[in-house]
Amino acid sequence: MTKLSELEIGESLKDVQLEAVSRLDLIKYAGASGDYNPIHTIDEEASKAGLPGIIAHGMWTMGNLAKLFTAHYEEGFIKDYSIRFKGMVFVDDVITLQATLNEKTQNQLSFDVKAVNQAGSEVIKGKVLYHQY
Amino acid sequence: MFKDSIGKRSNKVKNIVERGAVKKFAEAIGDTHPLYLDEETGKHSRYKQNIAPPTFPRVFDYGIIEGLNLPNKGLIHGEQIYHYERPLLVGEEIYCYAEVKDYYEKAGKNGSMGFLVLENNGEDINGKAIFTSTSIVIITEAVRKVLTV
Repeated sequence: MTKLSELEIGESLKDVQLEAVSRLDLIKYAGASGDYNPIHTIDEEASKAGLPGIIAHGMWTMGNLAKLFTAHYEEGFIKDYSIRFKGMVFVDDVITLQATLNEKTQNQLSFDVKAVNQAGSEVIKGKVLYHQY
Repeated sequence: MFKDSIGKRSNKVKNIVERGAVKKFAEAIGDTHPLYLDEETGKHSRYKQNIAPPTFPRVFDYGIIEGLNLPNKGLIHGEQIYHYERPLLVGEEIYCYAEVKDYYEKAGKNGSMGFLVLENNGEDINGKAIFTSTSIVIITEAVRKVLTV
């Protein structure tokens, strides 16, 4: 595994492609997070809200995206993690997680991070500021 | 009506970073790294303990902000920002509270959109900040109308 400190600006971490989103994924996240907003789990509630189907919790996708950095907690930690929710994630969508280094200072690495769907559209996008010990 | 809530905060609530809750959460986001789950790995890490994933603070209880009545439906999560002083350790006590930082409205396609900036905070027992978790929640005009009836 490459150390984050060895990355050059413009280089990316290895993309991670998730399994197609399932209803069970969202039921699990609802239970684990305590976010029981029914548009994430119950079809009728989603359609009442004007949606074509249940949608993933934005925080589910944001939680997934952070795992690109999990293996690097021995050399540093995520100090800042900001995300803008840009598009909806539906059941059966295939999400890919991406992070590219865009700035390097003495002990901070700034990454552009995003999750894109199978059509290549960004569903969430933001920044990770990784602080090196 | 949300403008009146700016600056209001909840009373601090004691939370514990529970091992079982961390496991369930890590599984739900498909991030089952041994640093989160395996006690031995935790002990031998620089943290001497397992840690929690960065978006874990979603599960904490931040108390109730008096007078802030948010609907449980119709809200849109626009942005989310975490700031950490250090990672959360499994088993530690965290004192959490929420504060309304701001509220403003902007004209949008479907009437005016309300933006509520909520900041969730986590401190150690000595009141030292560990994290802040800021949510920008969008409240459409249609949802606000229902609230005022």
